[in-house]
Amino acid sequence: MTVTELVSYDEALATYEPVMGLEVHVELGTKTKMFCGCATELGAEPNSQTCPTCLGLPGSLPVVNGIAVESAVKIGLALNCEIAEWCRFARKNYFYPDMPKNFQTSQYDEPIAFNGYLDVQLEDGEVFRVEIERAHMEEDTGKSTHVGGATGRIHGAQHSLLDYNRAGIPLIEIVTKPITGAGERAPEVAKAYVAELRELIKALGVSEARMEMGQMRCDVNLSLMPKGAGKFGTRSETKNVNSLRSVERAARFEIMRHAAVLSSGGTIIQETRHFHEEDGSTTSGRVKEEAEDYRYFPEPDLVPVAPAREWVEELRKGLPELPRVRRNRLREEWGVSEHDMQSILNAGAVDLIVATIEAGADAASARKWWMGELSRIANEEGIGLGLLPITPVQVARIAALIAEGSLNDKLGREVIKHVVNDEGEPDEIVEKRGLKIVSDEGALGTAVDEAIAANAGIADKIRSGKVAAAGALVGAVMKATRGQADAARVRELILEKLGVEG
Amino acid sequence: MPGITREEVAHLARLSRLELKAEELDHFAEQLDVIIGAVARVSDVADEDVPPTSHPLPLTNVMRADVVRPSLTPQEALSGAPAQEQQRFKVPQILGED
Repeated sequence: MTVTELVSYDEALATYEPVMGLEVHVELGTKTKMFCGCATELGAEPNSQTCPTCLGLPGSLPVVNGIAVESAVKIGLALNCEIAEWCRFARKNYFYPDMPKNFQTSQYDEPIAFNGYLDVQLEDGEVFRVEIERAHMEEDTGKSTHVGGATGRIHGAQHSLLDYNRAGIPLIEIVTKPITGAGERAPEVAKAYVAELRELIKALGVSEARMEMGQMRCDVNLSLMPKGAGKFGTRSETKNVNSLRSVERAARFEIMRHAAVLSSGGTIIQETRHFHEEDGSTTSGRVKEEAEDYRYFPEPDLVPVAPAREWVEELRKGLPELPRVRRNRLREEWGVSEHDMQSILNAGAVDLIVATIEAGADAASARKWWMGELSRIANEEGIGLGLLPITPVQVARIAALIAEGSLNDKLGREVIKHVVNDEGEPDEIVEKRGLKIVSDEGALGTAVDEAIAANAGIADKIRSGKVAAAGALVGAVMKATRGQADAARVRELILEKLGVEG
Repeated sequence: MPGITREEVAHLARLSRLELKAEELDHFAEQLDVIIGAVARVSDVADEDVPPTSHPLPLTNVMRADVVRPSLTPQEALSGAPAQEQQRFKVPQILGED
């Protein structure tokens, strides 16, 4: 294995300006495939979701999935694109067994959506506009398993096995225009763009866009040009970069690699590269085909798609609030910083907090519980927040019990633990486990008297004016009541009994 | 450059998994050559005022509802495969990639 020469990131950026192009494939969440009625469920047994059309058998004919076209138009509109008045599908011919037809039905020079943009917000709040070249409809390929190679990779494999369940699932490919002017923030912009696109796709309800499930995949094209040069350099195309973090790492690695090649007088080869999750590096793939190698031609088995203007406008009206706009609105409503909002977004907590507030909690406590105790538990369990077995309504109820003084924070955490352990609703748990705060003044008074008697020295200090020492007695009472007392009330009682002004 | 050779027809037959006899190859090569020649003449007569046609019918927006229809069983799907393994289509070593 050859060692890839790199220069430091700062050194690369001192000399060169990165230019990026991002291609994102989104698998739509339709019930059926793009051109046939086969189901699209994940995890089905091999080759159980195929038919003559998606197997490319002679005589079969494709018919376009109407919801897939609608989803494509929605994505185009949300990306501020123009929507084609008339466009066709095209055959992209290639010789590889992942498509049994020997071609992929795609769109070539007539994409359904083109000329748009997506504004993305970087972590410090800076907004960067990414121009969109096009969004077009196509279909996914089958899944290959390579057998006999040392590493399960194609290289050295004896033969390959094909499962065509995925072949024909609707894909939307979204291609940016060259992203220039991002400078040292290019990798960050790439990550923010893919993150924003994912949020957008989810908000539109056209796909769950789970990158870890391959529902959204990114190719990172990158080239460098000397600072001030107007002409782009030769690009590399890093394929299948499938997490947000990897998008950033791949761009960064390629910047350092290109700079090393160019600085030593070498030339960049236009090629595809493989990204390696383990160390964030890329290695050479194949030399990129020119477009004409695919012998694109209009698909004769499908008629053109001509979205009526009225329909497009109707879809435009139905678009949800854009995620970035919504996030900024919520950030202001909740009164949190850009940084905190970013953490909330990264934790997947935005919608959970919104739902908790809708169920009656105030913004501060909804945020506190999801980002604090619940995040901690989710982390411990190694699952996403959304998968915790507790609902926003239950969290809101716990917050309400605290607000009315029936629980304190410590008891609230206790109740959460039991809800997550599936012991029932918060109220039932409070009842069953006797977790209510001790507000019985008589019982509390006795506990306070006992604490004073047992800590005569501290009591004297408080009497002589060292009010701060009361904390120790509060602690003793809280311990005696197993945390079920209202600490503020306990403090009041202690000071009262010792005749000191709080 | 229209036309098709006997070797190309033999290659196509192999790709299509059609077993053709020597005289059939001769026969089809001759027929296909005529067809390709005839189609090629379209380019001669098509002037700039004749737009390329990708579909003979003036239709647009033929779409279907997103409703699941029964698929083939895996056994049916694999029934025409020359080789299979683990309920998957088995294909020879793939070269020229990676």
